[in-house]
Amino acid sequence: MDVVNSILQNDIQKKNTHKSTVVNKDTEIETDLGTLLALDYNALNLKALKYKASSIIFILKSQPEEYLRSLTRDNVQILINKIWELPVERVDEVIVAKLPKQEFILPRARQIPKARPLTKWQQFAKEKGIKRKNKPKVKWDEELQKWIPTFGYKRNKAIKQKKWLIEINNKSKAAENPIADAKAAKEERKSKNELQRLRNIAKAKNIKIPKVGLPTKEHFADSQQLSQAMTIARASTASLGKFQNRLPKEKDAKGIAKQVPGMKRKAEEVPRNLQEEKKRNTNLADNVLKSNTKILREDFSVPK
Amino acid sequence: MKRLTEEKTKLVLEKLTNIGTNVKLLLDRPDGVYCFRERKGRVYYVSEKILSLASVVNPDKLASIGTCFGKFTKSGKFRLHITALYHLAPYAQHKIWVKPSAEQQFIYGHHISKSGLSRITENTPQYQGVVIFSTNNIPLGFGVTAKSTMDCKYADPMATICFHQADVGEYIRSEDSLI
Repeated sequence: MDVVNSILQNDIQKKNTHKSTVVNKDTEIETDLGTLLALDYNALNLKALKYKASSIIFILKSQPEEYLRSLTRDNVQILINKIWELPVERVDEVIVAKLPKQEFILPRARQIPKARPLTKWQQFAKEKGIKRKNKPKVKWDEELQKWIPTFGYKRNKAIKQKKWLIEINNKSKAAENPIADAKAAKEERKSKNELQRLRNIAKAKNIKIPKVGLPTKEHFADSQQLSQAMTIARASTASLGKFQNRLPKEKDAKGIAKQVPGMKRKAEEVPRNLQEEKKRNTNLADNVLKSNTKILREDFSVPK
Repeated sequence: MKRLTEEKTKLVLEKLTNIGTNVKLLLDRPDGVYCFRERKGRVYYVSEKILSLASVVNPDKLASIGTCFGKFTKSGKFRLHITALYHLAPYAQHKIWVKPSAEQQFIYGHHISKSGLSRITENTPQYQGVVIFSTNNIPLGFGVTAKSTMDCKYADPMATICFHQADVGEYIRSEDSLI
C-alpha cells in the first residue's frame, strides 16, 4: 500500500505544477487589505540581484528577473491567502470578499494647499464677525405680481418692466436724465469693484501699487517737504500756476526759487560798507568751521 | 571788481579752512580791514587802502590788485593759487616737510612720494589740505594728503603721500595765468 500511496502522491505532485500556497518568511509581511498593500521587510538577496556575465545574453530568463518574480509571487500569495481568510460570499457564480477599511495612511503626493489670502472685505468681516446671509434666489414682487430672481437670468428684464417710467419729484433736477444717471452710477460701481478686485490681487501677491488719495506720512517726512511739494505742484500747470487758487494764509516754500519757474528769488542782502562785509565774512567763516559736513577734520575745535 | 556773493565766499572759506582753522584771522586783522574781491573768476585778497586806490583805475584796464588767492573753475569750484601761499603758510595746521632731494620734484609739479617725505605733522588725517615746506622751513606749496600719518608709516617708498595742488615753480611755469 505504501508503494501505491507514494506513487499516487508522486502523480499528484507531477500533475500539480503550481507551487504550494504556503509561503514561509523570516519576518512576517505587513499587509493592509483595505488598500491591497503588502510590505516586505525581509532582506533582499543581493547576490541574486546581480547580473552575471553569462546571464546578460538571456535577459528575460536572467537570474535577477527570476528572483524578483518569485519574490513577488510569494508576497502576492500571502496577500491572497489573507483575503481568503475574510468572509466570502458567492454572487452570480463569482466569489466575492468584502475588503475591510484601509488602515495604512498613504503619504500625500502634493503639498497641502495654502489658504487663499483674504480679501479686504473678508478680513473686515472676519474681524467684525459678520456672517454671510444666504439670500433667497427669487423674491415675490408685489408690483409685477410674480417671482423675480435676485440676480442673473431674467432679472434685468423684470427690472426694466418695473422701471419703465421714472418720476421726477424735484423740479431742479428736471433737466437731468435719471436713466442715464443710473447707468453712469452702475458703471461707477462696476469700475470700483474692478479696482478693488485688482487691489486684492496685488495685496495677495505682494505687488506694490501707487497710492491714491491724500498723501500720508510715507510720502512726506516733514511739513517743509510737504509745503515744498505743494509749491512745486502749484507751479506745474501750463500757465505756471497763475490761475491756481491759494488757501488762506498759504505761503510759498522757502529755498526752492531755483526749481520753481516764475518764483522770485529773494535778493541777497548786500553789505553796505567794508565793516559790514567783514562781519558777514567772519560769520560765514564761523559757520564753515562749525559744519563738519564738507570737510574731513578729526581734530578741530571751534574757535570762539 | 565785485564783492563775492555769500555762496562764493563760503566756497573760498571752505577751501581756506581746509588748510587751517586759524585762517579766520585773515579776515579779522589788527592792521586794517581786508576783504575778498572777484574779477574774471579770480578772487583777490585786498586791503581797504589798496581797494580805495584801485577804485580810481578803470576796471577794464585793471590787471590785478592785492593778492590773488585763486580762481573759480568753470564747474564752480574754488582752486587755490600759489600766490596765496604767503598769507596762508603761517596759519597752516598740518605741514609736510620735504627732503632736499625731493624738493625739485615737487616744484616741478609732481606728487610727493614716501621716499621724499622728511617729516609730517602728527595726526594728519587723509585728504587734509597741507602746506609743503622745505627742510629749512621755506614754504613750497599746497597739497592734499593721500595717506594719514599712521598710514604713512607702513606705506612703501614709492607710494604717494601727498597730492600736488600748487607749488612755487608755478611762478615760472604759469607766469601769465597766475596774476
